[in-house]
Amino acid sequence: MTVQEQIPILKIEGFLITSIQVSLHDKLALAFQDSVLHKIEQTNAKGLIIDITAVDTVDSFITRILSETATMARMMGAKTVLVGLQPEIAITLTEFGMDLKGIHTTLDLEKGLALLRKETTEE
Amino acid sequence: MTIQLAEENLEQSIVEINDEYDIVVARSSGKQVAATIGLGIVDQSRIATAVSELARNIVLYAGKGVVSFSQIEEEDDPGIEIIFTDEGPGIQDIEQAMQDGYTSGGGLGLGLPGTRRLMDEFEIESEVGKGTTIKIRKWRR
Repeated sequence: MTVQEQIPILKIEGFLITSIQVSLHDKLALAFQDSVLHKIEQTNAKGLIIDITAVDTVDSFITRILSETATMARMMGAKTVLVGLQPEIAITLTEFGMDLKGIHTTLDLEKGLALLRKETTEE
Repeated sequence: MTIQLAEENLEQSIVEINDEYDIVVARSSGKQVAATIGLGIVDQSRIATAVSELARNIVLYAGKGVVSFSQIEEEDDPGIEIIFTDEGPGIQDIEQAMQDGYTSGGGLGLGLPGTRRLMDEFEIESEVGKGTTIKIRKWRR
């Protein structure tokens, strides 16, 4: 399976949306980042929404992958918003001390889109 | 303080860690045992993250190791004990590794201080050239 088949990236309103529903092992994580950045370039997307509703455990590895992805997306002119962060994971991440630097998080997809619309029209 | 292992309900499961796919197996085992003893979803999340961190360290630094999950009991309170064992390079300076911000793996370090914060009890033994053993416990109170 290609990364596009495992983690589809969709386009909406000039933004990209992707939902992580599989375990992001090392190679897949890198392929995912690659795929996202190429898609941003192809579509000139101004925002990226990463849905992690289906991610049941967040450890330092995935935190790093998400932070890196957001940094790289920002370099390409796109803001990243994380949606679907489960409350128990937010608690765990905070206690552990993991920092989702540079990533906005919103409760749900609607709020995530609203945030991106607002942030990208204010520029 | 002694921890009684009640023989009748000594439940133990073992997950061998050989690659990153085993990390997912270990996480699931941890969550399963946690749910069995009645830990809530936040504690289950803490355990899953702790297991993920420590099992990943085994893959990254030792190549392989073992994670064992046990149900334990102390004064009628059930708990879970998870032991991570490897025969990897060992940690030279444990004190340093237990401090936030220390990193040798080019990332967020070994995640040891963070993991300790998530758990009720945390014990670590390590010898350079021999290996590392980490025991963590979480109680249902």
